[in-house]
Amino acid sequence: MADVTLSIDGQKVTVPAGMTVLEAAEKIGAFIPTLCHDPELSKPGACRICVVEIDGMRNLPASCVTAATEGMVVHTASPAVVEARKTIIELLLASHVEDCMTCQKFGNCKLADYAYYYGVKKSSFVGEQHAAPVDDSSAVIVRDTNKCVLCGKCVRVCDEIQGRHVLDFMHRGFNTIVGPAFNDGMGESVCVGCGSCVAVCPVGALTEKNMQGKGRSWEVTKVKTTCPYCGCGCNFDLNVKNGKVIGVTSNPTSEVNGRHLCVKGRFGYDFIHSSDRLTKPLIKKDGDFVEVSWDEALSYVVSRFKEIKAKDGSDAMAVLTSARCTNEENYLMNKVARVAFETNNIDHCARL
Amino acid sequence: MNSLAEKRKTYQDQLAAKAKKTVIVVGLGTCGIAAGGEKIWSAIKGEINNKKLDIEMVYSGCVGMCYKEPIIEVHKPGMPRVIYGDVNPENALQILQDHAVNGKVVNDLAVAQDPKEGAAKLPDVPVLNELPFYKKQVKTAIAKCGVINPDSIEEYIAFGGYEALEKVLTGMSQVEVIDEVKKSGLRGRGGGGFSTGLKWEFANKAQGDKKYVVCNADEGDPGAFMDRSVLEGDPHAVLEGMAICGYSIGADEGYIYCRAEYPLAIKRLETAIARGEEAGLLGKNILGTGFNFKLKIKAGAGAFVCGEETALINSIEGKRGMPRVRPPFPAQSGLWAKPTNNNNVETYANIPNIIRQGSSWFASMGTEKSKGSKVFALTGKVNRTGLAEVPVGITIREIIFEIAGGIQDNKKFKAVQIGGPSGGCIPEEHLDTPVDYDSLIALGAMMGSGGLVVMDETTCMVDVARFFLNFTKNESCGKCTPCREGTKRMLEILETICAGKGKPEDITTLERLSTVIKSTALCGLGQTAPNPVLATLKYFRSEYEDHIFNKKCPAGVCNALLEYKIDAEKCKGCGSCKKVCPVEAISGEKKQPHEIDTSKCIKCGSCIEKCKLDAIIRG
Repeated sequence: MADVTLSIDGQKVTVPAGMTVLEAAEKIGAFIPTLCHDPELSKPGACRICVVEIDGMRNLPASCVTAATEGMVVHTASPAVVEARKTIIELLLASHVEDCMTCQKFGNCKLADYAYYYGVKKSSFVGEQHAAPVDDSSAVIVRDTNKCVLCGKCVRVCDEIQGRHVLDFMHRGFNTIVGPAFNDGMGESVCVGCGSCVAVCPVGALTEKNMQGKGRSWEVTKVKTTCPYCGCGCNFDLNVKNGKVIGVTSNPTSEVNGRHLCVKGRFGYDFIHSSDRLTKPLIKKDGDFVEVSWDEALSYVVSRFKEIKAKDGSDAMAVLTSARCTNEENYLMNKVARVAFETNNIDHCARL
Repeated sequence: MNSLAEKRKTYQDQLAAKAKKTVIVVGLGTCGIAAGGEKIWSAIKGEINNKKLDIEMVYSGCVGMCYKEPIIEVHKPGMPRVIYGDVNPENALQILQDHAVNGKVVNDLAVAQDPKEGAAKLPDVPVLNELPFYKKQVKTAIAKCGVINPDSIEEYIAFGGYEALEKVLTGMSQVEVIDEVKKSGLRGRGGGGFSTGLKWEFANKAQGDKKYVVCNADEGDPGAFMDRSVLEGDPHAVLEGMAICGYSIGADEGYIYCRAEYPLAIKRLETAIARGEEAGLLGKNILGTGFNFKLKIKAGAGAFVCGEETALINSIEGKRGMPRVRPPFPAQSGLWAKPTNNNNVETYANIPNIIRQGSSWFASMGTEKSKGSKVFALTGKVNRTGLAEVPVGITIREIIFEIAGGIQDNKKFKAVQIGGPSGGCIPEEHLDTPVDYDSLIALGAMMGSGGLVVMDETTCMVDVARFFLNFTKNESCGKCTPCREGTKRMLEILETICAGKGKPEDITTLERLSTVIKSTALCGLGQTAPNPVLATLKYFRSEYEDHIFNKKCPAGVCNALLEYKIDAEKCKGCGSCKKVCPVEAISGEKKQPHEIDTSKCIKCGSCIEKCKLDAIIRG
């Protein structure tokens, strides 16, 4: 497609036709705040915080849904634009529950970031605030509609990417909220807990239940790793504080999965620091399990395998491997079965 | 099958034969029914059956004179058609007996006569077209409303119906039709005022294997009922207009999105579609030309925002009624993502006339940039409420003071709200402004769909702004931030001002919010939501200041700002106010001037109603 050249804040930029003004601005590093925009999702043009001024246009168009055209002259920070954005932030703050101090999203909240950037200390509008009960019926997700800015990213990610469509808007105008059908709790809904909605929420409306109160965003070191659950090889960030994993968050640079994870990958890490977790081998001696060294355990296993093979033959043994193993580990188990045990009795659990 | 022309001849002959009989017409639009039209129908019908009279009864839609409903008409051979108003079941029987049977007009109830050839003019009954209500009207789009039986396709055809469709299908190319509509200068009658021909051209040029025609019958403005009357009074005109549009853009399917609150309109549309299909004028292979046009009705749940075309399309698709981002415009990607043309009821109703009588006929009415006629719904504090079709460019003063007969109870005119909640109020000094799209926008109002709400001196303009903001706040879909949150805060500020707790900075805050909402909201609903506030601030700023700084409501409407006092010179101490006061706030000895304890008074107004001496002052 042909290129178009436009001017953004006095700087000329050439982009492919069809690109939005927002994308063109990002290309030259011009700052435009967004709440509802997400490159992976459809574009509702709803939050209006990304408005810009374009010469010859009557109103302030939303840059996320306005196509860049040849000769367009865009101002991303004119007085009218700044005034509009500040007012929109003020309006969002006016109905936003004041809970920044204990909010799980503190330090990582887009609304707070923009309020900071534009110096909006507090809303000048006083009036009704939302005061709905917090929905913590889900085992993994906390939904607090009082903090929701109705950007709708959770609705779209659930519908367009996950294909579940658990969440949608309900009621109208100021009373609009996002939730599962009939505003049931997330725990009573058909939500499978993949947490994609949490991953895209720009504010503290949808947060990880198991991370509540465990650590501030700046206290956490993010360690990118591969999910141990299945062979997909999803990547994510372990959120580590003081040497302990307090949660898992998406890492958008993950090649396999992007931000998407399943309920196990995102929320099933509590085994890491579980007191029930085996950390040393055990051998049952006189009816009781006794902690032993790895050397003793391995020698014991080898000797027992040899005994069985000698007594009852190779086919008395079978190997079942796990989808949680890597391909390499499974290959090695294949060697163990066929070469060491000399049996073809090997199978694998990863069948759907 | 007989040709359309032959059918027309047959139906005209049938009508002529009917004219030799006595016929009573009862207005059974929603306005007529609400005023009791059905009871009158039953009363007359019962009497005709009892006495075995040779009188035929038919019903029609709204003739426009809502202020005279219930309305009946008597057609007696050899006499002019006579229209009676304020009819009730009792005097209806008198009309039946005196006029329909004995040929003696009931002068007290006769509103007008419609003279006809071969019938002597009645001496004591005004002529319909000379009535002040009718004199300045032109009847084109609603010409057949109240005249024909809306459920009779035969009558529609007899009056030239479907001639325009036949003309385009048998002798005009798509481009010729569009050119004709363009040349007429017709602009969208739903509010936006976009050139209809141009819109059709976009849809015509859009590439697509399937296209749709959509009719917006979601008339949602408070005080607007033009489209309802057209649908109830002349549904075929809309269907014919839609079919012509379908032909010109290459669509074979159409949807009418009509609010479920208009059950009668939906019923009449259903009947009209069925009759049209039976007659081969809708549906498959229309008039044997191979053109197909299937029409469906979608009943809307009554959300105001669904009058916005993209929210309307979402709603037809079964989705939440929320506007979509434009572009793409519906002409490129509308219903089910197919090229779609959307116009409102009145726009389509104008089309058959334009095709039949030519674009120059239509363009001869109106102003340079706004052509044709426009139907207005007259409501509020005027003497004659109803439906009036006027040439575009007539002044607001002519509509209010001549057609609508001025203000009730000899009160003073204060303002007129044009364009519903998206429009603005226009004060006395601008009454001589011509009613056209551009002049009204220049004044901060808009043509809108044509609702005119007239307010008198007893109206508080801050309260009016509060009323409209309450409406838009309730009707905001919640999608975009400025409209969802902004209208809520604007309403709260207006409520505070009306409650006497306004702060000096409130006016500036209202203006700031208005500017941002107007310039950043996603759809037309949000972008126009602040208009009632901006217009009242522009023309009635002092009323806001009185509320905020002087804690007074000059119109005496905002209860919290009123104080009740007794004029000691007028009070004779009769005690009736004291008796009626529900909170014992009034005290005084017999025959001595009484007093109101303002700390107890709940400002219910009971004392004022009771006092015969006008001794109680509210202010």
